[in-house]
Amino acid sequence: MKATHKLLAGACAAALLAGAAPAQAERGADGQLNIIYWQAVSILNPFLSGGTKDVEGSSLVLEPLARYDETGTMVPWLVDVIPSLENGGVSEDLKSITWKLKPGIKWSDGTDFTAEDVAFTAAYCMDESGGCQQVAAFTDVESVEVIDPLTVKVNFAVAKPFPYGPFVGAQSPIIQKAQFADCMGAKAPECTDANFGPNGTGPYVVSEFKPNDVVVFAPNPHYRDAAKPAFSTVVFKGGGDAAAAARSVLETGEFDYAWNLQVEPEILTQMAAAGKGTVVSAFGTSVERIHTNFSNPDPALGDARSTLEGGKHPFLTDPAVTKALSLAIDREILVEAGYGAAGQVTCNVLPAPEIYNSTNNDWCKTPDVDEANRLLDEAGYEMGSDGVRAKDGVRLSILFQTSTNSVRQGTQALLKQMWQEIGVETELRNISASVFFGGDPSSPDTFQKFYADLEMYTNNFDGTDPEAYMASWRCSEIPSPKTNWLGANMPRFCSEEYDALVAEMAGTAELEKRAELAIKMNDMLMESGAIIPLIHRGGVSAHAVTLEGVKMNEWDSELWNIADWTRAE
Amino acid sequence: MTDQPIPAGGATPAGGPALVAAPAMPKHRSQWSDVWRQFASHRGALAGMAVFLFIILLCTLGAFIHDVDPQKLDIRAKNQLMSWEHPLGTDNLGRDMLAQIIAGGQVSLAVGVTAMLLSLLVGTLIGVLSGYFRRLDGPLMRFTDLFLALPLLPLLLVIIMLFRDMLRTAFGPESGIFILIVFVIGITSWMQTARIVRGDVLALKEREFVLAAKSIGTPSRRIILRHILPNVLSPIMVSATLGVANAIITESALSFLGLGFPSDFPTWGRLLYDGANFMTLTPDRVIWPGLAISLTVLSVNYIGDGLRDALDPRIRGR
Repeated sequence: MKATHKLLAGACAAALLAGAAPAQAERGADGQLNIIYWQAVSILNPFLSGGTKDVEGSSLVLEPLARYDETGTMVPWLVDVIPSLENGGVSEDLKSITWKLKPGIKWSDGTDFTAEDVAFTAAYCMDESGGCQQVAAFTDVESVEVIDPLTVKVNFAVAKPFPYGPFVGAQSPIIQKAQFADCMGAKAPECTDANFGPNGTGPYVVSEFKPNDVVVFAPNPHYRDAAKPAFSTVVFKGGGDAAAAARSVLETGEFDYAWNLQVEPEILTQMAAAGKGTVVSAFGTSVERIHTNFSNPDPALGDARSTLEGGKHPFLTDPAVTKALSLAIDREILVEAGYGAAGQVTCNVLPAPEIYNSTNNDWCKTPDVDEANRLLDEAGYEMGSDGVRAKDGVRLSILFQTSTNSVRQGTQALLKQMWQEIGVETELRNISASVFFGGDPSSPDTFQKFYADLEMYTNNFDGTDPEAYMASWRCSEIPSPKTNWLGANMPRFCSEEYDALVAEMAGTAELEKRAELAIKMNDMLMESGAIIPLIHRGGVSAHAVTLEGVKMNEWDSELWNIADWTRAE
Repeated sequence: MTDQPIPAGGATPAGGPALVAAPAMPKHRSQWSDVWRQFASHRGALAGMAVFLFIILLCTLGAFIHDVDPQKLDIRAKNQLMSWEHPLGTDNLGRDMLAQIIAGGQVSLAVGVTAMLLSLLVGTLIGVLSGYFRRLDGPLMRFTDLFLALPLLPLLLVIIMLFRDMLRTAFGPESGIFILIVFVIGITSWMQTARIVRGDVLALKEREFVLAAKSIGTPSRRIILRHILPNVLSPIMVSATLGVANAIITESALSFLGLGFPSDFPTWGRLLYDGANFMTLTPDRVIWPGLAISLTVLSVNYIGDGLRDALDPRIRGR
């Protein structure tokens, strides 16, 4: 397999060397493309990894049926049209969607791409023993039927007003049945060859892969557009940190593209002044937020720590406290210190797309320390002689954790000072990102375990529909020992009313009504104080000035249109 | 060469004959003045001591002269270069660098000295015991080998994970982590001292003056305290100075990795780590903490070098 790829890549290179006239738009004509993702790719099967780096790394090879472009609009990818109610692709009862594949598409091994592969992908991910990380995309899918080799129908158990979960976006690509047929269920992680070198329909194929280090890609000889892709090799390097990655593109020019540059704005500006590269950013749905722990994280509780069984938090469940914390924050300063043009003040956990953005919480945009102090006075928290408020012997002393990143530590320090002014004492803790987001149930430092009072990080959702995202704060999503600490409801927020809204949204088709429900849920979360949103963050990447065609995309893989990337002369 | 072992050191009043005879001599030359003379003749050691004293003075008294709160953020005055208001500039959140280096130095030096004392205590105890008592030698030295084989960082991660919350509730966040770090550095750096001390004790206990003490029935405890310990003082002193340097570097490495003290608690290692990204924008942020660490370690090493020469009677006076 690999040998043939190398041979083909070699042939391309040879053709290049033979020195035909410098043809415009010829496959492999632009030499090597160097990409750096400072978190290295560890597997090229996105179904077995939740990491963005793995999903994006594999997006050079694997493609979905439809994806989102840089404006968040859905575009057909391996199909000719997006099925909808109007064109009859979505059934009247909203319980099925029928995709018609584009004819003539081939896998990188030369075989035909058919509806069988699509149906197989669903079966692969929905296999319960397989541990598929993207199973959320297949929520409520009852069956996936093959109608004919180019038609596939997805049936849902309930009416699905937004049926574009399966096979849309970078997190739900199609894998080849012939390659993965023996890798179903528990055997999925054992198929190393397939997981490390999947066949795909995308512009590139894997020619060499060193896990957690580097991936080398060659052009896919069977790619549907004979003139693309433009590069004969793509080296996809991992490692280092965000600042080093930015430097390698902007200052030294060793790399052509660097991803996720959460670096202080003044450093980026200074690096960009070297003129070798351009910083690009785009706003999606990412929000840097603080999650409030509604359960008690007291270490004395032992195993019941940070669970609902351990009882509620001594003071954070009081909305007056969380509102005061939010009011004391001058978000403009946080933006200026850590984000620059890549950040905007937000008061919502759901700031985009525009129709879902609530305006009911805009009070948080103007910091008001006096009002915050008044709220706390009113709630009975009296200022002590040490400058820390207390009520019934409970001091407003907070342990505030986040992942290790200099921007986050800067934000932490600023917040500590802002909260000091309202009589709240803060202890800062930072944990290595690989541990914090690692999800290891045996580590006490993961963001799911939340052995602290507040924690700060960024989260977002793919695509433009917030239904699944807003469902993260249902009672059933609370991480606990019973769920092996899995679940997305970090604040341990639990409200029957909220759960009812989630169910209502799942059954609502009209866009306006859905937006209304989403805003209502967002406002409930804000009013309860479960989440203190800080900054609507844009994705920041950098590319070399000689690299053309980059369309920064926050709704899908950043490398979604890599087939169109070229090198300028 | 006067092959006379230092008799019990100047600190013990009932010293050897030399000390008893001293008052009768016309020119008073105590043992410690000899040591000082030898030490002073080592120029590097003298310079090292001057630098080290200066750093200690700066860290202890500096906060009274430059009384700016190291934690105070002033985002309007960020990334400034040297000025009268901020002699070493400010960081990217507008914190005064000089104040941070002073505060960081207090922590780094305190960690260095305390961890050194701990490792010295453990190392000397184990070294003397295993050198003096033959039965304990095997087990204690294997124990030392075991510790030598332990990788420091993974061990530290486990210890921090296991005991952090316990110590935090007992002593509060900052002193809790201080105790933890000092303890960890202490118990992972005593092995060299133990081995050196054991070697010296093995040689010493066969010497005539020890045999003489034994023959008149002096108990082991007293032989160790009176005759052995003062004679192994020189290697202990040297490893003490090396220990300070080692502890400061380990703490810096830990802070550099983002472990250890909370992120708003300055230590030299953390200042260096935080400044690394800003190296080209505000070079002060790496130069000064880096210089502070290097100078401290270098000066302490020179002091150790000088002390070794000064405390060794065979070198002294030559």
